[in-house]
Amino acid sequence: MKPADKLPRWAEFGLLPAINLCAALLISGAVIRLIGESPWAAFKLMAAGAFGAQDSIGYTLFYATDFVFTGLAVAVAFHAGLFNIGGEGQAYVGGLGVGLVCLAFGSCSPWLVIPLAIASGCAFGAAWAFVPGWLQARRGSHIVITTIMANFIASALMTYLLVNVLIKPGQQSPETREFGPGAAMPPVHELLARIGISFAPSPFNMASLLALVACALVWAFLWRTRWGYALRVVGQNPQAAVYAGISPERTIMVAMTISGGLAGCLAVNELMGSQHRILLDFPGGAGFVGIAVALMGRNHPVGILAASLLFGALYQGGSQLSFDMPHVNRDMVILIQGLVILFCGALENVFRAPLAALLRPRAARPSP
Amino acid sequence: MEPESPALQAPGGPPGPALELCGIDKRFGAVHANRSVSLAVSKGSIHGLIGENGAGKSTLMNIVYGFHRADAGEIRVNGRRVEIGRPRDSIEAGIGMVHQHFMLVERFTVLENIVLGAEGGAMLGRGLGEARSGLGRLGRKYGLDVPLDAEAGHLPVGMQQRVEILKALHHRAEILILDEPTAVLTPAEADQLFRMLALLRDQGKTVILVTHKLREIMAITDRVTVMRQGSVVHETATRDTSPKALAEQMVGRAVLLKVEKAPAKPGAVLLEVRNLEVRDRLGVPRVKGASFSLRAGEIVGVAGVSGNGQSELIEALAGIRVPTGGSILLGGQDLARGSTGLNDRRSHGIAHVPEDRLRMGVVASFSAEDNAILGYHARQRFNRSGFMRRRAIREDCAEKMASYDVRPPSPSLRITAFSGGNQQKLVLAREIDCGPSVLIVGQPTRGVDIGAIEFIHRRIVALRDSGKAVLVVSVELDEIMGLSDRILVMAGGEIVGEVPGSEATEEALGLLMAGVKGDASR
Repeated sequence: MKPADKLPRWAEFGLLPAINLCAALLISGAVIRLIGESPWAAFKLMAAGAFGAQDSIGYTLFYATDFVFTGLAVAVAFHAGLFNIGGEGQAYVGGLGVGLVCLAFGSCSPWLVIPLAIASGCAFGAAWAFVPGWLQARRGSHIVITTIMANFIASALMTYLLVNVLIKPGQQSPETREFGPGAAMPPVHELLARIGISFAPSPFNMASLLALVACALVWAFLWRTRWGYALRVVGQNPQAAVYAGISPERTIMVAMTISGGLAGCLAVNELMGSQHRILLDFPGGAGFVGIAVALMGRNHPVGILAASLLFGALYQGGSQLSFDMPHVNRDMVILIQGLVILFCGALENVFRAPLAALLRPRAARPSP
Repeated sequence: MEPESPALQAPGGPPGPALELCGIDKRFGAVHANRSVSLAVSKGSIHGLIGENGAGKSTLMNIVYGFHRADAGEIRVNGRRVEIGRPRDSIEAGIGMVHQHFMLVERFTVLENIVLGAEGGAMLGRGLGEARSGLGRLGRKYGLDVPLDAEAGHLPVGMQQRVEILKALHHRAEILILDEPTAVLTPAEADQLFRMLALLRDQGKTVILVTHKLREIMAITDRVTVMRQGSVVHETATRDTSPKALAEQMVGRAVLLKVEKAPAKPGAVLLEVRNLEVRDRLGVPRVKGASFSLRAGEIVGVAGVSGNGQSELIEALAGIRVPTGGSILLGGQDLARGSTGLNDRRSHGIAHVPEDRLRMGVVASFSAEDNAILGYHARQRFNRSGFMRRRAIREDCAEKMASYDVRPPSPSLRITAFSGGNQQKLVLAREIDCGPSVLIVGQPTRGVDIGAIEFIHRRIVALRDSGKAVLVVSVELDEIMGLSDRILVMAGGEIVGEVPGSEATEEALGLLMAGVKGDASR
């Protein structure tokens, strides 16, 4: 980014993402038109699918919760100058940690199981991310390569465990048995019912509260503690970090550990909130969506919350769309999501220069 | 291959301008780098372009060379308007540039480097052959002898610079631009370069010398143009001006060129370095057995051509590099031993202003207040059990800004929004305010405007007068001679001589810097 392309804050965090989103929707609309459907009707269906009813809002928030965890994971690593592509694998292995606790203590009180499962999910995800972190810090292996490879290893490991070790006896599909009653994250609609508010049932559960707490903690850690300060110095200028007496190696390992722990929390939402068992490939790509969420949210917890809501809506609205419009199948929905990721993530700077030129104070503009 | 053009050099009459710039204007975002700059350079002259860092000299020359495109204005070569959008256009117009950081492919031979960009066809063989004979002629004509088959990266810097000049001449340059050419040279090498430039001028070439050193302007140029804040503020024949007048034009007010200080009163030895050896990652020794001591109440300067081990020396003292041998004794403790860690230097009272501010001294994307605690962020003043005390940090930064005259005094502003001088004042404030007994300063005034230079020098002298020890490393001889009570000279990783500050002359230091060992007073 050239210094000339600096935008005011409101444009950086509001206008530019909005323009990128519009561009993505514009192209999506053109594609929908091409296959003979009305783009306007399609987008209306999507919006209704995401926010039109109580249960659809619940689903949107449920998906958004996944993306908050993985988005935060990417952001924390990013502030330390690391591109953690391995959120998917870390979330998957985090699921093993959550699942093992839930399977073992599922019959105990939720007050015991839930904290234990959260801690265990964090620890497993963190351990899985620590290995690439250690390799980067001590051996100079590039984090992008090692985290991608760790994704494959995680996938193979979990497949092996689910097929050969953890599978419920006497069943074909590679899943564990269902968790005990103490291992369920309380769904929001049940809690609301208790205070007399009726809300349509959905997997939207108390893990969302955990996600909000995680946002606040990440913010406080990065910008209010000296460890967060050190982490950001390492990310911005490793030489200045050495000069300041901060060890970049140790900081890299700490950042990756925190990042993996956050990704591991995804399993709390998915497994304890919705599936109640460990099943094959349950993160379903949320680890990768987290990259787009972090990019779009400018690696700031507030931005990540907003971006997660958007992607949650795209997920939920998209599946509704493919259900209601016969020509728009699942692949078309993935295309739309892909375009949003492309424009908000990879191409986020396309409109930056023209926007910066447009917003530059008149006095500073070159005279023609 | 040398187009002789005696017709343009009508004997007797004044030669016309070789290069004319008319109303060149360039903005980078909010920065107005060149404000309608007009400049005429006579053919067959050496024209100096002088100004502080950030005055717009480099931008102007980069526009002439086609690295940047001007927003407005035109460029004329020999009276003819030329469109320069990229370096190739400029080379075709007969303009050659020798950059401050040489643009040589280190692993190529000198010959390969010179034909780069003028290979003359798909197959190299013929082009190289022709270049070889052509360069022989050029070399004899201008006294530019270079070994054509040596690997460029293996040549000494002075020689690399000649390769750059020869390359420009080979590309048929009639106008040669040199950007800060003496930054990497010893005084003797610089004199040699100036003799070469005079020869080029006498042969009808036009030379533009971009520099911030007044001495060079006075020594070699025919005319001089002074730039300040993007505009040309003064132009004159060099013989009609003086260094003092030029300095005032550069800064826009009267300046002190000399550092004012009382004689030093050296006290007890605070820091003693014995046989220090530092190797780089490849195991190449960079500091070879350096021994010296620092006393309370004195400033010791380390002079030397850049790249002779000074950087490694101060990084070892500051704890950034681990020495491979020798000892650093502070208060009876050997800091070179064991894993005392990089952090402890500060707690031992050694503060360090790094040589390269943007690479190491500050975090460019952070605010001034966050930079003002870099390295001290773990101190209790700035955080309580891990949580940063934002208000204390801000107040502390505001205090530093007030007492070190950092402008604008806004702690929350991004550090890169400050000028180099103000950044350096803040770094100096950070390092001095923690109350060190030893301060190590690398390039105290690199990229710093003249106004701030005075201030920084006064602060360093004040620290000395309060009974602390200061080690200053600088490539600016004037600065070393002005500040230091004692001067150590480094060459090839060794301390080759020591000269009392009051007796130092440029010649004596220059001889030592060039590696001529011995007593400098002879």
